[in-house]
Amino acid sequence: MRKELLEVEGVERIGPYSLVRLKRGMLESGVPGQFFMLSPPGRLLPRPMSLCLATRHELGFLIDPIGPGTVALTELARNDRISVLGPLGNGFRLDIARPLLVGGGIGMAPFPYLSERLERPPAVLGFRTEAHAEAAALVPNAEVVVEPRLVTELVRPGADILACGPEPMLEAVRRLAPRAQLAWEAPMACGYGACYGCAVEIDGELKRLCVEGPVLAQRDAA
Amino acid sequence: MILNASGCLDALVAPEVARELDVFVTKTVTPLPRDGNEPVRIAETDVGMLNSIGLANPGVEKFVAEILPRLAELELPIWVSVGGFSGEDYAAVCGVLDRCEEVAALELNVSCPNVVEPVESVAELVTAARGATSKKLYTKLSPATADIAAVAEAAAAAGTDGLSLVNTIRGLALDGRSLTPMLSTATGGLSGPALRPIALAAVFSCFRATGLPIVGMGGVESGRHALELIAVGASAYALGTVLFSDPEAPSRIRSELVAEAEALGFENPVDAHAVAHGDEAPAPLRYVA
Repeated sequence: MRKELLEVEGVERIGPYSLVRLKRGMLESGVPGQFFMLSPPGRLLPRPMSLCLATRHELGFLIDPIGPGTVALTELARNDRISVLGPLGNGFRLDIARPLLVGGGIGMAPFPYLSERLERPPAVLGFRTEAHAEAAALVPNAEVVVEPRLVTELVRPGADILACGPEPMLEAVRRLAPRAQLAWEAPMACGYGACYGCAVEIDGELKRLCVEGPVLAQRDAA
Repeated sequence: MILNASGCLDALVAPEVARELDVFVTKTVTPLPRDGNEPVRIAETDVGMLNSIGLANPGVEKFVAEILPRLAELELPIWVSVGGFSGEDYAAVCGVLDRCEEVAALELNVSCPNVVEPVESVAELVTAARGATSKKLYTKLSPATADIAAVAEAAAAAGTDGLSLVNTIRGLALDGRSLTPMLSTATGGLSGPALRPIALAAVFSCFRATGLPIVGMGGVESGRHALELIAVGASAYALGTVLFSDPEAPSRIRSELVAEAEALGFENPVDAHAVAHGDEAPAPLRYVA
């Protein structure tokens, strides 16, 4: 766990989302599916974001501006500086034979980095609108569906699934593939086990997602 | 002296943060295990943070058997926060912890805004705890009361050795789109910057009334904030919400406090203790034997 003040390299609009690119500093990029706490200017609490892109010099975060914190992050400008803590939590296991990435909406955020680490496996991505689907261009070998079609229609049997998206999508993926690795989401104040805010039901108990996850395999029904 | 506010740090998950403190205060321990409240448990507002964790903890038996020995390895003084729903509960937990030499002091959480309150008064709960332990007792009070100094005096008369001021104060936030409460329990405890003037007022009046040692807390984000708590009578201060956004806050605030005090002509931050009271300061430790 390391905290650093990182300089904004640029912010690019991709449909309704924004890709916030930060100069990397000394931070490790971690395992795909791990996350970082980004402190939006003017807000009390940092926001958990999975890493979208990692190069030698940059860390990139794909952000959906849905509230005051995420809006402030997408309004950052080049040369602004923000506090970043991470990498945190447990990411995806990468020792799998036939990976298939399954994403819904902003849940595709960790996939560009994950895809690169897994040498560009097939991906299936679902979005609400054509505008949201513009972000699919960040993921190689992606097949895309837009509502009312559902991404689970494209899930093939026998694949080793790594999924991230809204809870109903993750529940549907788990019904199709009980051994899938699923990246969950919960509100977090700290990201390092201090606030107990991100409790989710795991194996019949409320546990902290930031400590146990966010990637969980074979989580019991919530 | 820097502490963490109870429930704002897990020393087993983040020992490097805990080691920057002078005392580690545990999350509240109750007689029986508690899962805590259903998600959603936290929300940010424009002036602070709401939480409704609901005293999630493994219960005192499992705490003593499994958690306390691992905390002791940190080699920090450990204060255990004690909670319950009756005087009997407080006595039971304090009685068990009284036998644990790893425990330096007990903090009585008689003011959690997220669970059903005991029917007994603060004085009765302190009396029950006092009867069960000879360890130092700090009583943590809620600022949501008409006369906190009167509550502090009653706690002092019942045998508390010190006060922890303040706990969170009940608040509510609505979802931007649906206008429904963001927290599963609707209301939660408000912490962070909004508590700062409230904590200053509580420490000021409770110190004036009792002269007891006080751990001040509520929205401390900088050395200046800590210095102000010391000036109104706190002999130590605790960090809560700031730890969530800045795990490096303890060492940062510690050095800022020294610099702030020096800039105002105090050789040591403790020299600023109670200066806000001028000549009206009480004789210190009036109720302590």
